Amino acid sequence: MSEVMVDVHGVHKSFGPLQVLRGVDLQVRAGEVTVILGPSGSGKSTLLRTINHLEKVDQGWISIDGELIGYRRSGGKLHELKEKDVLKQRTGIGFVFQTFNLFPHLTVLDNLVEAPVSALRRPRKEAEETARRLLDRVGLADKADAYPRRLSGGQQQRVAIARALALGPKVLLFDEPTSALDPELVGEVLDVIRDLAGTGTTMIVVTHEIGFAREVADTVVFMDGGGVVEQGPPAAVLDDPRHERTRAFLSKVL
Amino acid sequence: MPTTRTAPPGAISPGTAPDVPPAPEALRVVPARHYARWTAAVVVLVLVAQFVHGLATNPVWEWGVFRAYVLSETIVQAVWVTLQLTAYATVLGFLLGTVLAFMRLSRSPVLQTVAWTYIWIFRSIPMIVQLVFWFNLSALYDRLGVGIPFGPVFWSVDSDSLIGTIGAAVIGLTLHQAAYAAEIVRGGVISVDHGQSEAAAALGIPRLRQIRRIVLPQAMRAILPTAGNEIIGLLKGTSVVYVMAIGELFYQVQVVYGRNGRVIPLLLVATAWYVVLTSLLSVAQYYVERRYARGADRTPPPTPLQRARRFVRDLRAAAARRDQPVVPLNPLGESR
Ligand SMILES: Nc1ncnc2c1ncn2[C@@H]1O[C@H](COP(=O)(O)OP(=O)(O)O)[C@@H](O)[C@H]1O
Ligand SMILES: [Mg+2]
Repeated sequence: MSEVMVDVHGVHKSFGPLQVLRGVDLQVRAGEVTVILGPSGSGKSTLLRTINHLEKVDQGWISIDGELIGYRRSGGKLHELKEKDVLKQRTGIGFVFQTFNLFPHLTVLDNLVEAPVSALRRPRKEAEETARRLLDRVGLADKADAYPRRLSGGQQQRVAIARALALGPKVLLFDEPTSALDPELVGEVLDVIRDLAGTGTTMIVVTHEIGFAREVADTVVFMDGGGVVEQGPPAAVLDDPRHERTRAFLSKVL
Repeated sequence: MPTTRTAPPGAISPGTAPDVPPAPEALRVVPARHYARWTAAVVVLVLVAQFVHGLATNPVWEWGVFRAYVLSETIVQAVWVTLQLTAYATVLGFLLGTVLAFMRLSRSPVLQTVAWTYIWIFRSIPMIVQLVFWFNLSALYDRLGVGIPFGPVFWSVDSDSLIGTIGAAVIGLTLHQAAYAAEIVRGGVISVDHGQSEAAAALGIPRLRQIRRIVLPQAMRAILPTAGNEIIGLLKGTSVVYVMAIGELFYQVQVVYGRNGRVIPLLLVATAWYVVLTSLLSVAQYYVERRYARGADRTPPPTPLQRARRFVRDLRAAAARRDQPVVPLNPLGESR
């Protein structure tokens, strides 16, 4: 069996008095796709955001490819990393937002080139070549010089995926990548993600698309109330859930 | 089933539909007549005409004196000083203002408080008070030095020669301008969707680069209109520097009319220059705003220059068509 790529261990997180994550444990193996399901407010986004350290954890730790995220261990203590080092770690973690968050004042090509050039100090020419290859891969080779707002939502999200891929990340995190899209545009984005799954990219996908989870996921994780309720292969979790809460949720979304 | 369930009083009830109207193309449109609007326009035009006539013919304006001075060396020199003061105070004021804005937005309570206090103090002091203060600084400290606090001084300089009168004016204008610029920049930065800096952070883009490349260019769209106002205000605001006897436009004009007593035409000279400079700044602002509108939802309308070019092109095309009257059109409606 392949090694663990993402290791989430006993993660707690509160916003003031509101406890959002209560001891989450999760392991994702290299090359596998994990789909996280769960009702709104169950802490799925917060969990993804702790994985690339957009949120700090209160307790527990997260490692990617054996490297602690946001901290350095020395002696028996965890030392918080400086922002500069956190930023460097993030170049290994692609994040795709629900609302795309493309840079509207930059062309599609510049959206893809910006991070490799400024964060990884790649030569611009090389970054542009990679960017054009990735745009081709998401079917948008002809949009390199367009500005993001001129594109449809589905096209924008495909650009956002290409932008995340441009850094050559070890893992890709998707936070409800199709929730902001018109129904007829959902398919084109899921096709791209499915295609990536086929090439062995490690991914964690938060989504409400059960059909997609069934087809693409290696592991389905059901979260509720800030914790993992159950996880396992799609057939087990989706068709034969053990827990009442999972069953209740699935009966609502199916 | 009736289409309107609760008809308002006086509405046509579904039962008594009005006569079926004739097809729209059969109806003639009679525009509404705005008699009051026409009367008001005529009155205003008469008043304007009287005013312009008076301006041109009334001897108090002394247009001859105006013509003699408006491009004279003294005045042009003074305009140059005004421009320099404006440029220095704009650039330095907005640089310092941007730093202050990010201090106020930072997570450090010390930086926040310092920036807040600065803005509070410098917005409270009238500019003229501050200028006189800096002007008199050399009287307070006649030597400024570098050394260990409370200890020996390694290097010092006569404060008058370091600052100088122009320097004092630039410092005063800059410090004043920075307080306002800080708030304008801060307003622009918080108008940018938080998802933008979040996406930049998620991509690992270095912090300064996030600000310079992602946040500020987008903030510019909110900053520019207000900043344009500020710079134009500053251009005219430099006239208070006359209290320091600096040869900028307003001071120089006063010197001249102090000598020859031609107050009105010389004030017109100053007015004309301020109008010209403000107009140039407004044009510049128009083009800078367009530049930062790239990627925005709407394509900006063509500039006056682009419109003029298009007009000339259309005229030429029309002329060309007139020259060869029988041009067979291909099925796409294009001439051959
Ligand atoms: N920055 C924040 N500050 C305060 N509360 C937050 C913040 N982010 C999320 N929350 C709260 O945490 C809970 C979980 O949110 P989230 O992780 O977005 O859930 P999900 O993605 O599963 O819908 C929600 O109740 C939400 O209101
Ligand atoms: Mg969410």
